[in-house]
Amino acid sequence: MGTIIELFSYDFFIHAFWASLFAAISCGIVGTYIVSRRIVFVSGGITHASFGGIGIGYFLGWNPLLGAAIFAILSGLGIQLFTEKAKVREDSSIAIWWSLGMAIGIIFVYLTPGYAPNLMSYLFGSVLTVSVTELWLMGALSVILILFFVLFYRLILYVAFDEEFARTTGLPVSVINYLLISLIAITIVLNIRVVGIILILSLLTLPQATANLFTKDFKRMLPLSVLFAFIGSFVGLLFSFFVDIPSGASIIFTLVLLFGLVKLAVSTKQKLASRA
Amino acid sequence: MKEKLVEISNLSVSYDQKTVLEGAELIVNEHDFLGVIGPNGGGKTTLIKAMLGLVKPDLGSIKFHVPLSKVGYLPQINQVDRRFPITVLDVVRSGRTGGHLLNPFRKDKSETLYAEELLEKMGIAAIRDKAIGELSGGQMQRVFLCRSLMNKPKLLILDEPDTFVDNQFESELYEKLKELNERMAIVLVSHDVGTISYYVKTIACVNRQVHYHPSNIISTEQLASYNCPLQIITHGDIPHTVLSMHENHDHHGHHH
Repeated sequence: MGTIIELFSYDFFIHAFWASLFAAISCGIVGTYIVSRRIVFVSGGITHASFGGIGIGYFLGWNPLLGAAIFAILSGLGIQLFTEKAKVREDSSIAIWWSLGMAIGIIFVYLTPGYAPNLMSYLFGSVLTVSVTELWLMGALSVILILFFVLFYRLILYVAFDEEFARTTGLPVSVINYLLISLIAITIVLNIRVVGIILILSLLTLPQATANLFTKDFKRMLPLSVLFAFIGSFVGLLFSFFVDIPSGASIIFTLVLLFGLVKLAVSTKQKLASRA
Repeated sequence: MKEKLVEISNLSVSYDQKTVLEGAELIVNEHDFLGVIGPNGGGKTTLIKAMLGLVKPDLGSIKFHVPLSKVGYLPQINQVDRRFPITVLDVVRSGRTGGHLLNPFRKDKSETLYAEELLEKMGIAAIRDKAIGELSGGQMQRVFLCRSLMNKPKLLILDEPDTFVDNQFESELYEKLKELNERMAIVLVSHDVGTISYYVKTIACVNRQVHYHPSNIISTEQLASYNCPLQIITHGDIPHTVLSMHENHDHHGHHH
């Protein structure tokens, strides 16, 4: 235990701690919405499409995350728009954006002269290298998400549950949809540094699946998902530090382990209860 | 003179260049209990979705003489995700017309009380905190009926509320609707012609065109003449369609 407290005297570790806390808050909240609404695949599309922005960012010498943000939001809105207006089937529309983004990214990384530094950290995450600016952005996003979900909880819930019925009660369904898809895109981009493009889906689904074992109420799933996401990312961070393995993979592994253990505990309890 | 609630005139709707409704005319008056029947894909659901403004018509007009907030709607049950993490009470509360939700400082007390009162009247107060995924088909339809009543509607539009329910619940549901009909007009979409014609007052046959039939008694021949070929099936105790159950009803001389 003493060594963990000692770790907090290092700046890089304090940064990593805040990064995992903010990742837990933002991914916990946004992931609950994604899982409830069954748009995990949409989120996968946005995540991978953002790689296109990272490639262009490298090529132009910008911060790759800026390019990723632009690509993520455009692909999010694009998927929504394609499905709603152009009548492309949603899964096909997702696949188009997903692969197009990856292709653009690969082309521009290839065209960038010299070596692309940190490319691996965007693909697989590197929580120990998150910058202070990125931490401020993640913190701001967490506050915005908490406020938005608390203040407009019922609006979000009703639109997510039954979009068409929500239209008949006069709710601004399209505005809410576009707003949420943008928030999903921003959440994904700001968390790329923590677990990486390839692995971020798990931070958006595993804590929620674990929370779902305890409750089937959206209201309760939100804080529970944040809690499980935090346990997973913090324990994963420590694990990666002591065993010296990449932090992104370590966090995902911890989240899966947590889910497995809780699932086992819950089903054992149910079995015992039904036998008694 | 009955007050008109909705007037649909010359309504045409199409999806991807395929015409689903063409030149539909229909009037719903207060106290009406209109059964909407017709073959699958004939446009029943499209008709009510157009009424509710959920699909855009190519042509024609839909005039409401009641505010839309006084129209209750129960969609087809397969429209919702049954595993969505939401409680029964929240589903019922979502029926309330939503402008107030933009105000984060609103008071929810009376809304909750009314939702609980509806659940109580429907005999399902005990399941208010359950997730909808844990309900039976009958319970689910009752919850959606409560949701559609949240605004104390003057017109209630129901799209196949009899799917996924057992026979006992089905007759309970129709008795309930009969009771509600004393306070509001009802438009009921169903594929079960035999059963509903026992409860409804008038019938609309929808198969691309809409044929209004000002009686609840309809024969197979008439259905055919309305371009609406449906089998009339009787279920157990429920009287055969062609038999008159409403003594003071005008039969239009259409005995079998």
